[in-house]
Amino acid sequence: MSFKIPDDCRYRETHEWARDEDGSVRIGITDFAQDELGDIVFVELPSVDERIEQGEEFGVIESIKAVSDLYAPLSGEVLAVNDDLVDAPELVNDDPFDDGWMLEIEPTDETDLEELLSPEEYEAQTV
Amino acid sequence: MSLRTPPLGGTHADRGAKLTEFGGWEMPVEFDSIRTEHTAVRESVGKFDVSHMGEIEVSGPDATALMDRLTTNDVTALEAGDAQYAAITDEDGVMLDDTVVYRLPEGSDAEYLFVPNAGHDAETHDRWVEYADRWDLDVTVENATESYGMIAVQGPEAIDLLGGLCDSPGSVSRFTVEPRSVAGVACLLARTGYTGEDGVELLFDAADSRAVWSALECQPCGLGARDTLRLEAGFLLSGQDFDPETNPRNPYEAGIGFAVDLGTAFVGRDALAAVAETGPEEELVGFRLAERGIARHGYEIRADGAPVGTVTSGTMSPTLGEAIGLGYVPVEFADPGTEIGVVVRSETKPAVVEELPFY
Repeated sequence: MSFKIPDDCRYRETHEWARDEDGSVRIGITDFAQDELGDIVFVELPSVDERIEQGEEFGVIESIKAVSDLYAPLSGEVLAVNDDLVDAPELVNDDPFDDGWMLEIEPTDETDLEELLSPEEYEAQTV
Repeated sequence: MSLRTPPLGGTHADRGAKLTEFGGWEMPVEFDSIRTEHTAVRESVGKFDVSHMGEIEVSGPDATALMDRLTTNDVTALEAGDAQYAAITDEDGVMLDDTVVYRLPEGSDAEYLFVPNAGHDAETHDRWVEYADRWDLDVTVENATESYGMIAVQGPEAIDLLGGLCDSPGSVSRFTVEPRSVAGVACLLARTGYTGEDGVELLFDAADSRAVWSALECQPCGLGARDTLRLEAGFLLSGQDFDPETNPRNPYEAGIGFAVDLGTAFVGRDALAAVAETGPEEELVGFRLAERGIARHGYEIRADGAPVGTVTSGTMSPTLGEAIGLGYVPVEFADPGTEIGVVVRSETKPAVVEELPFY
């Protein structure tokens, strides 16, 4: 089975993605991660204006069978949260890179993105 | 220790199943998605490879006596072709396992076949042999787990599906077992299951597993859906909702007093008679969370501002779309409608005790 790994994202080893959107950065989990978890039924995320720190837990995702922590791919202040996930957490299964996004942040240091895995490096890890 | 693999192991891997360790076996946990598989069983039909379940055969002049003295139910009430749910208890009345006992149809190789849970087959076989020796009973006990394949076909359309593969499956009544040729394979067809739906469990020579599995054209289901289905039905999972080491419970606490017949002389009978007289101090209850979140095994249950128990099973119910669970609480908190709380990541979420089954 092959998983989507969009070229316009950078990745963490723990299967989160980050995508630069003209200064702000969107964050979510990868296609591989949603497939591993199975049916996602609950996502717990920080609120707008809270800070997240690179490499630290910023939330929790639960599927029917498992609970997993979410790790921040970079540091910053939360600008927006995908509220659609409250009533439709399955969006993370259906469309992990677009409709299933989790946070939009104002990164503390945008160059932090460069420390993350490139699509090629991430793909090598998931094979 | 290497994992035991079911006869269909390669077939499942080829079908793209995710595999998991369960009871020492490598079993499919998910073929497509738990929700898809769960829904198939609730609305139409699904098939489960349950070859990890144990099969122990008991025969000989004292077979009935041995079965009756090592399980909590009244085995003497069974006629050939009957099935019965029971617990296996120790001298203190603590549940070691739960099982289904089949008194096999006339003409079968053995008189009794019973099905301990995955990974319990060796110790249960040894227990039967040890007590047969101690009581000087004339029986033969065989651990036939590796010789049997077992597939559960469950759902409202299960009997229709089987009707195309064998003679009159619908004439086999609930909790009975009859021989049938299914897709040309000699099977025991039992009208039993663990999903809360109608359906059957098929037992056959392990070598015929692929023929039976492929003839059953319906949604393949893994242990993930089996767990959500049994939990909605309020059925116990051995080793999780009770465990002689980590969570010793008697059948009355676990809500299966219906499977105990104190009129029979089984191991643990006297201890259980004492419990029956006073009633258990704690009971397994079902609950539903009133806020978003999911209760999981091991989470604390609180009532009146204090810890009162522990969640033994919990999930998001695919049928109800709400978080449900099981756990033991003191009897004063066990009535349906009682408000309790479940601690989810250090936050106490309100929950309400609910009558079982959920579905």
